[in-house]
Amino acid sequence: MSSDKQSQPERHRDLLWFLLIWVVASAVLTPLYIIFVPLPANGNSNDATGQHLDNGVLDAVAIPAVLLVVCFLAYAMVRFRQTGPEIEEGPRVYGHRGLQNVWIVVTSVLVTGLFAFGTWRILAPGAAGSGQGANPLSPASTKGGVSPLPVQVIGQQWQFTYRYPTYGGLETPRLVLPYGRVIEFHVTSLDVIHSFWAYELGVKADANPGVDNVAYVTPTRPGGFDVRCAELCGIWHGYMFARGRVVTRPAFERWIAQQKRFFEPVTHYLPPYSDSYLPPPLRRGG
Amino acid sequence: MNATEPSLLRRLVGFNLATGIVLAVVGYILGRWLGDQIHGASLDYMSESGEDDVSLALGYFVGLIGFLVGLGFANYPASRLIGRPPSLPRPDAQGIGRYFRLTPDHKVVGMQYFTGIGVFFFVAGLTAMLIRTELLQPGQNIWPPDKYLTLVGTHGTLMMGMMTSSVLGTFGNFIAPLMIGARRSAFPRLESLSFWLLMAAGVILLTNLAFGGFQTGWTGYAPLSEEGVSGIDGYLFFFATVGLSMTLLGFNLVVTIVTMRAPELRWGRLPIFVWGIFTTSATMVLAAPVLTVAMLLVLLDRTAQTTFFYPAAGGSAYLFQNLFWFFGHPEVYLLMLPGAGILLQLLPVFSRKPLWGYRLAVAGMLGISLVSFMVWQHHLFVSGLAADLRPFYILSTELISIPTGFIFICALATIWRGRLRLEVPMLFCLAWIFNFMVGGITGIYNSDAPSDTTAHGSFFVMAHFHYTIMGGLVFTFFAAIYYWLPKMTGLTLNKTLGKVHFWLMFIAFNSTFFPLLIVGFLGMPRRIVTYPERWEFLNAWSSVSSFVLGFSMLVFLANLVYSMFIARIPAPANPWHSTSAEWQTSSPPPLHNFDNDPTIGDPHDYGRAPEPHTPGLQTAAEGG
Amino acid sequence: MTTRRKGILGTAVGAVVLFVLSVLYVFYFTIQPPRVQAAADASGSTQLTLQTVGALGPDYEHPAWVSYLVENAKGEWIHSTEIELPANTLVHVTILQYDSATGLRNPFFARPQGTIGGVIDVDGKEVNIVDPQAPAHTFAVPELGVFVPLPGVAGDASNTCSAAPCTLDQAHHTVTFSFRTRGPGRYRFQCFVPCAAGYYAGNGGPMQRYGYMGGYLDVV
Repeated sequence: MSSDKQSQPERHRDLLWFLLIWVVASAVLTPLYIIFVPLPANGNSNDATGQHLDNGVLDAVAIPAVLLVVCFLAYAMVRFRQTGPEIEEGPRVYGHRGLQNVWIVVTSVLVTGLFAFGTWRILAPGAAGSGQGANPLSPASTKGGVSPLPVQVIGQQWQFTYRYPTYGGLETPRLVLPYGRVIEFHVTSLDVIHSFWAYELGVKADANPGVDNVAYVTPTRPGGFDVRCAELCGIWHGYMFARGRVVTRPAFERWIAQQKRFFEPVTHYLPPYSDSYLPPPLRRGG
Repeated sequence: MNATEPSLLRRLVGFNLATGIVLAVVGYILGRWLGDQIHGASLDYMSESGEDDVSLALGYFVGLIGFLVGLGFANYPASRLIGRPPSLPRPDAQGIGRYFRLTPDHKVVGMQYFTGIGVFFFVAGLTAMLIRTELLQPGQNIWPPDKYLTLVGTHGTLMMGMMTSSVLGTFGNFIAPLMIGARRSAFPRLESLSFWLLMAAGVILLTNLAFGGFQTGWTGYAPLSEEGVSGIDGYLFFFATVGLSMTLLGFNLVVTIVTMRAPELRWGRLPIFVWGIFTTSATMVLAAPVLTVAMLLVLLDRTAQTTFFYPAAGGSAYLFQNLFWFFGHPEVYLLMLPGAGILLQLLPVFSRKPLWGYRLAVAGMLGISLVSFMVWQHHLFVSGLAADLRPFYILSTELISIPTGFIFICALATIWRGRLRLEVPMLFCLAWIFNFMVGGITGIYNSDAPSDTTAHGSFFVMAHFHYTIMGGLVFTFFAAIYYWLPKMTGLTLNKTLGKVHFWLMFIAFNSTFFPLLIVGFLGMPRRIVTYPERWEFLNAWSSVSSFVLGFSMLVFLANLVYSMFIARIPAPANPWHSTSAEWQTSSPPPLHNFDNDPTIGDPHDYGRAPEPHTPGLQTAAEGG
Repeated sequence: MTTRRKGILGTAVGAVVLFVLSVLYVFYFTIQPPRVQAAADASGSTQLTLQTVGALGPDYEHPAWVSYLVENAKGEWIHSTEIELPANTLVHVTILQYDSATGLRNPFFARPQGTIGGVIDVDGKEVNIVDPQAPAHTFAVPELGVFVPLPGVAGDASNTCSAAPCTLDQAHHTVTFSFRTRGPGRYRFQCFVPCAAGYYAGNGGPMQRYGYMGGYLDVV
């Protein structure tokens, strides 16, 4: 390291000021953000609550990291800015082994920690509401021996329909769920790739043709939720949305009975319930 | 223009762009005719759909061949076939004509890339404005949904296909050989071919309008891209050609950097920008062919009725996603690494300090390009594909933030206690640090599978990659333009307009994309033509900001036109007081780059020192 | 000086050309099919008459494509799917279906929904289900919950229609039903039969282009 016009204490003073600004900014802004920015939706299901927690943890890492850069840039631009026609040269510093090692260790620890946290969340029962393919690694735990309610989501251009295999394979264009019970979504498609996204429930699973994609959720309070297609599926992709409802168990049974009555004429035409369907025609030729 | 020069008409005859265009049209007609002869009764779907993909694909293909023949790319193979000895193409004389034909001069190719990509950048930017105009208000307002999706797809496809080559094509081709003291590039014909392929591809993509557009977005997921109208053939042909162009571009640069460095330029002294170009090119050579293959497979499914992606006939919709993202994720880093190279090259110049932690920065770039091949399935976290492997992809994706962190610490520590001169290129570099920090951190939300459940396929992802690509690549691309254009043209860019451009662009950029991060977490999926009223404020805010962003590009254009054509102020020999080799030759450089052999010193050697850094370098005496 | 002047001239010409091209480009995207207003009848309800044809015929850009056509107040058939309807009104729909049967991919849509009484009237006969193999098309407004199957004409029928607009003496089915519109907005309608012959899953071509097998009910 070569000579420097700044004396040792002066150099340390810059560093300390910057660190002070950063620590204060992080300590104030991070909790404020986590408390007051309720993203994504919280509390409607175990998955939504879980994802809210995940985002909170990520926020706690992300906001200080962004503030580090913001405070650094602001401090450097104000403190070290140089104007005027004379080019003044800075100190000839090529590196600092200690700082380098500290940086590598800190980033590695953070990354390992985030990986461990993310993996723990994804391996937890239900796997945070994302599609897990046909053979889920972490199925939802079923409390008190109540089996999950299977609901099949069928994506087609451009409408989701839903089948309830435990209610005689009933198919409806509307999604209604009872709350407090584990729901086991089986997501599939009849034509192109769609993605079933129940936003307030924190569920997203791609609908692939010929594939059974399983996702779990336990709605925890009654209310409406948005169902949208989250994968571009053609011209009416933007219109592939609907409201779903989470209702009490008696209301759910009443709704099922009413739907069964209305769709009775078509029931015997429906194909037998299956993990996936490949109806003709799939190849060209209409 | 003196009397001995032949007339314009005479100069148009020969192997050049005009001939290329004529032969392209002839080839297209020939290809369509061939296609009509081939399909006959064997492909009955054509009588039902009234659209003939075989004929269109052959039209594009034969047209492309005709275009290249017209430009003179067949001359050398043909002369070798008839037994002539190998030769390098003859360097052109100076003059405007050399920009319109096959040229062996890497500097001309660099300028061609700059202009050509610039035009397509503005077309793609225009489509972004049209998209934001539709999203200004909830509900479907202006563009019918099929045309809206065509706009979305054209914007994404053009930007991805063109901007990947922006830094490599312009500055990799022009500056990197100068920096390593080379007098030419390793494969001049391939270099030129990569440019003309890219331009042909761009035109092919825009022709999709004549065939119904394409409604698949830039990702073109397979079963959707197989069922659409004929416009999709243009999209497929675009990306297939771009993949080829990228492979050739990267290949030439890798070989040039490996074999043609000046003798004293060891790997440990290579300028960091050249490291950025080298790692990008190497990654490109390995990743881009996969894109070409994926696109050609879809084209085969559409024309020859193969079944790679038909689930009912044994194909798989996952196969395309795998192939596409196997290219697609390295692609993201192809967009990031050149930016990091520019950043770390320019920061020492404007901080008047040596690059902090050179070896760490190189390790970061190598680490990123290596790990970028292991992360692609994080795009498929909710797809149900190999769900048990998700912990691995969480790990590999988050691992990539360690080498990215190297680049950040090198950048920040280089600035620290420097003598910052906030010139226009420096401002763009500092903006990279902020933008890419936001882009990188939002990437963590996508890499974390539980959090990605909400983020996937939403506006959050869209805003995230705009922060990395536009905030990362495009900002440093502008830094490089303001920094190196004086070298390339010998003319100075206006500083005031440059600063206006920067501040407008920086503020409008953040104001455009930050609201979209929020709107994504509020539940808005990508590529929708309509949205409910509760998201109107954020979307309208973003749209208005995007218009300002578009206006800032016009400021840049005005600056370019004013400085290059109207003011024409000659640039000083070394306006930024840089120590690297490209500033040791005249601006613009002569035909063979250096009149004398350049002295390659340490390219990031700044700071107070008793002796002058490099022989021939003027420092403070020249003034700012 | 001449270089400079040439530069300015070249730039100006280039700018004008690019500007003109940009305007044309934007203009292309604004082209929409004409808007057709549904006729109001004396009782205050609205009468909407559509036909579905198997092939538009040589007068149109895509002769082989299927399409909806809509009848305007003057009784002319317009090739458009941009239909204006009044809000919160009972709409009586008559659809003349001229195409042959393709069959539904999802048999579920064989059950008429969202219409008054959950039934439709096919050639004067009230039904609450059709054979899932019978439909040539459907008329569906998912946001309003309206799904109506439109049975296809027999493949061996004489006098089938081959070019739009089809006339009443050609083989067809007449489907009538009523539904109630909601508040103002643009509601898309589409077909759920894979009727785009020659495309993967029967959903490309006319199914993916606005103005053929999909469009908007513009409720005002």
